[in-house]
Amino acid sequence: MKIDAKGLNYRELNERIHDAVSKGVDEIDLVNVLGQRYIGTGLDREVTLNIYGTPGSDLGAFMDGPKINVFGSGQDDIGNTMNSGSIVIHGDAGNVVGLSMRTGKIFVKGSVGYRAGIHMKAYQDQCPVMVVGGKAGDFLGEYMAGGKLILLGIFKKEKDQVAGRYIATGMHGGVIYIRGGVNKNQVGRDVAVEEVTDEEKAEIRGEIEEFCRHFGITRIDDIMASPFVRLSPKSSRPYGKLYAY
Amino acid sequence: MRMIPPEFIVKIDDTCIKCKRCVNECSFGALKFENDRVVADHEKCVACHRCTAFCPTYAIKVEKFPMSFKDNALWGQDILKGLWKQAESGAKILTGAGNDKPYPIFWDRMVLDACQVTNPSIDPLREPMELRTYIGKKPDKLEFWQDKKGDIKLTTVMEPQIKLETPIIFAGMSYGAVSLNVQLILAKAARELGTIMNTGEGGLPQELADYKDNIVVQCASGRFGVDLSYLNSCAAVEIKIGQGAKPGIGGHLPGEKVTEEISRTRRIPSGTDAISPAPHHDIYSIEDLRQLIYALKEATRYKKPIGVKIAAVHNVAAIASGVVRAGADILTIDGFRGGTGASPQVIRDHVGIPIELALARVDEQLRKEGIRHMASIIASGGIRQSADVLKAIALGADAVAIGTAALISMGCHLCQKCHTGLCAWGIATQKPELVKRLKVEEGVRRLVNMIKAWNLEIKEILGALGVNSIESLRGSRERLRGVDLDEVYLDVLGIKPAGR
Ligand code: SF4
Ligand code: SF4
Repeated sequence: MKIDAKGLNYRELNERIHDAVSKGVDEIDLVNVLGQRYIGTGLDREVTLNIYGTPGSDLGAFMDGPKINVFGSGQDDIGNTMNSGSIVIHGDAGNVVGLSMRTGKIFVKGSVGYRAGIHMKAYQDQCPVMVVGGKAGDFLGEYMAGGKLILLGIFKKEKDQVAGRYIATGMHGGVIYIRGGVNKNQVGRDVAVEEVTDEEKAEIRGEIEEFCRHFGITRIDDIMASPFVRLSPKSSRPYGKLYAY
Repeated sequence: MRMIPPEFIVKIDDTCIKCKRCVNECSFGALKFENDRVVADHEKCVACHRCTAFCPTYAIKVEKFPMSFKDNALWGQDILKGLWKQAESGAKILTGAGNDKPYPIFWDRMVLDACQVTNPSIDPLREPMELRTYIGKKPDKLEFWQDKKGDIKLTTVMEPQIKLETPIIFAGMSYGAVSLNVQLILAKAARELGTIMNTGEGGLPQELADYKDNIVVQCASGRFGVDLSYLNSCAAVEIKIGQGAKPGIGGHLPGEKVTEEISRTRRIPSGTDAISPAPHHDIYSIEDLRQLIYALKEATRYKKPIGVKIAAVHNVAAIASGVVRAGADILTIDGFRGGTGASPQVIRDHVGIPIELALARVDEQLRKEGIRHMASIIASGGIRQSADVLKAIALGADAVAIGTAALISMGCHLCQKCHTGLCAWGIATQKPELVKRLKVEEGVRRLVNMIKAWNLEIKEILGALGVNSIESLRGSRERLRGVDLDEVYLDVLGIKPAGR
C-alpha cells in the first residue's frame, strides 16, 4: 500500500497509517514525506513502513514491533523509548537517537547528532542495538544502562573525530564499541576503555554485517580489520557512595 | 567516643512483661532481648513508634535524648549533627518524607468565609452537595446545534476528561519508593472513592492492571517500564518534570532496593541503580516538551489526557504558562513541602517555594493570558487536611494531590527514614517481612475513611459558604482572607486581609 504524504499534516498522515495498520496492511510506502512527526509512534504490530523523504522528529517513538526504513535522513528523537522493532536510516539522523530504547535495532548509515543512545536499557534477554556508520556528537551513550552501541566512523572526513565530548557519562550498564578509538579525556571517568580482542570482535561482527547488508556495503573485512575499543562501566552503581544515611 | 549523640532515648519501665513484641517489631534494630530483659540501642531508634503501638503495657517510651546544647540561634542542633555526619562520611546527607523546616505555612494564615444573615448558608445534610470534578482540557467555547425535533445537541468535540467524585487524588509514589501493598491500597481506595492514584516513575506492577481506569501512569526521565501497554493501561499519562521535594535533580533508586519484582516492573536488572537523569534528555525546551506531549498523545491515539508535573520554583508562573501552551491537559504543581522516598536533605529543605504562593501565581498568570481553561491545575506538596483542600481550590486549583497524608492514614508516623528501606510500618520498604505488616484491606478501609471524612468536612464548609458545589468555590479568592500576612504576601496570594 502507498500513502502520499504531500500536504498532509502529521495528525492526518498518522491517522491514515494507524487506520491501514488496524485493517491488517503489513507494508506501507510513504512517499513525499516532509517533516511529519511521530510516524510509526505508538504502532504495536510488525508492519513495515518505507519512508521516502525526510520524516520529522519522534519517528517510531514508543513503538513496539514495526520495521521502519527511511530512504533519506531523519530528524530528532528517532526511536524514542521504543520497545521493539527496527529503524534503518539511509542518511543521517538528528539529536537524541534511541533515547531509552529497550529492545530492537537502529541502524544509521551516516552520522548522528548529540545525545545518541542516552539511557538505553537491557533486561533479561532484551537488549537494544544501535549501529552508526558515521560519527556521533557529544554525550554519546550518557547514563547508558544496557544494550549495545556500535560506532563505526566509516563515513566521515579523515580529520573529524569519531565521537564528541562527554561520552558515556554516568554509564552503569551496556557496552559501547568505537572503531578507531577515542581519547580518554572524551570519556566519563567511571568508564573503562579497553582494546577489543579478535574474539570479541567476532561477537559483534553479526551486528556489523547486518548494518552492511542494509546499506549494500561490501568491505566488511576492511571495517573489521581496524582496531576497536570497548567502553563499559566500572560499576553498576556509579552513585553508590555519594550519600550518608 | 561518640561524636553524635542519639536523637532519642528508649525507656522501658518495670511494667514490662517480657513479651518481646517490641523487639520483633523494631525494624531498625534498636531493641534486643538480652539477659532476660529488653535492651535498647538508643542510637538506632528513629521514633517510628512501632514498639509503643504494640507494647501491651505501655512499658516502652521513646523520648527526646535530654542533652542540652548551649543555646545558639545560628548553630542549631540539627546543623551540628549534619556536619559531624559529613565529617565522618564525606557524603551528601540523604533523607526521606517532606521538608520539616519551620518555613511559614500559608494555609494557616488564610481563613475561609461563611454566610451570616444576608445570604443563607446551606445544610449539606438536607441539600445535595456536588464534589464532582472533571480534569482535562476545556474547550474555548461550546457550540450547539438544534435538530428538527428541537433537541439541543453539543457539537463541540470535547477533549478527554477524567471524572473525579472528589477533588482529592493520590500523588505519584513509585513502586520502589513504597511497597506494592501501598500501591494496591491507593488503587483500591481510588476506585472505591471515584478518584485516581499515580504510579510514580517505577512502572506499573501487574497486580494493579485491574485498576487502570483509576491510575495515572508516569513518564519520567528514566522511562522505567514505559511502553505502549503501560501508556494505554491508565486514565491519563503524566510527564514528570519535577518533584517538590527535589526540584531540578533526578532520582536514584539504589541497587539494593531493586529487588526481583521491582526489576520486573522497571524492566532493569535487579541490583543495579535505577537512575532517573535530572532532565528528560529529549526535553531541553518548551518546544521539546510539546513534542513529547504530542508523542504521548499519538501513542495513546488522543484518548487520554496528558499531564505535566513540575516542582514549584521561583518562575513557576511563566513555566506553567509554557507548559499549558505546550499542550498539557493537566498541570500538577508540587510545592516544596512535598514528600519523597529519598532526597538529598540540602535540596529537600532549601530548594523550591511553598505551594500556596505558586498556585496563586500560576492561576493568576493563566487567567491573565486567557488560557486557564486549557489545563486543569492540581496542587500538591503539603496538603494536610480538608481545610487545605478548600483553600487550595479557592486559590484556583481544580483538585489537590495528597501523598504524605494518605500514607499517614495507613500508619506512617513520619520518622523520615523512608530512604533506608526499613520502614517499620511496611510503607517505604521492599522487605517482605515488613511489607506484609501493612494489610491491604485494612489500609483501604483507613484511607477511604479519611477521604470520606474530608469529603464531609468539605461539604460542611461549602454549605457554610452558601454554595452547593466545589465548582462554585474554584478560584474564588474573595472567600479567603489573610491573617498575619504582609501586603506583599497578600498581593502574591491575591487575597484581602481579614477585616477588609
Ligand atoms: S512490648 Fe512492652 S511489654 Fe513487651 S517486651 Fe516490649 S516493652 Fe516489654
Ligand atoms: S513511610 Fe515509613 S519510613 Fe517513611 S516516614 Fe513514614 S513511617 Fe517513617
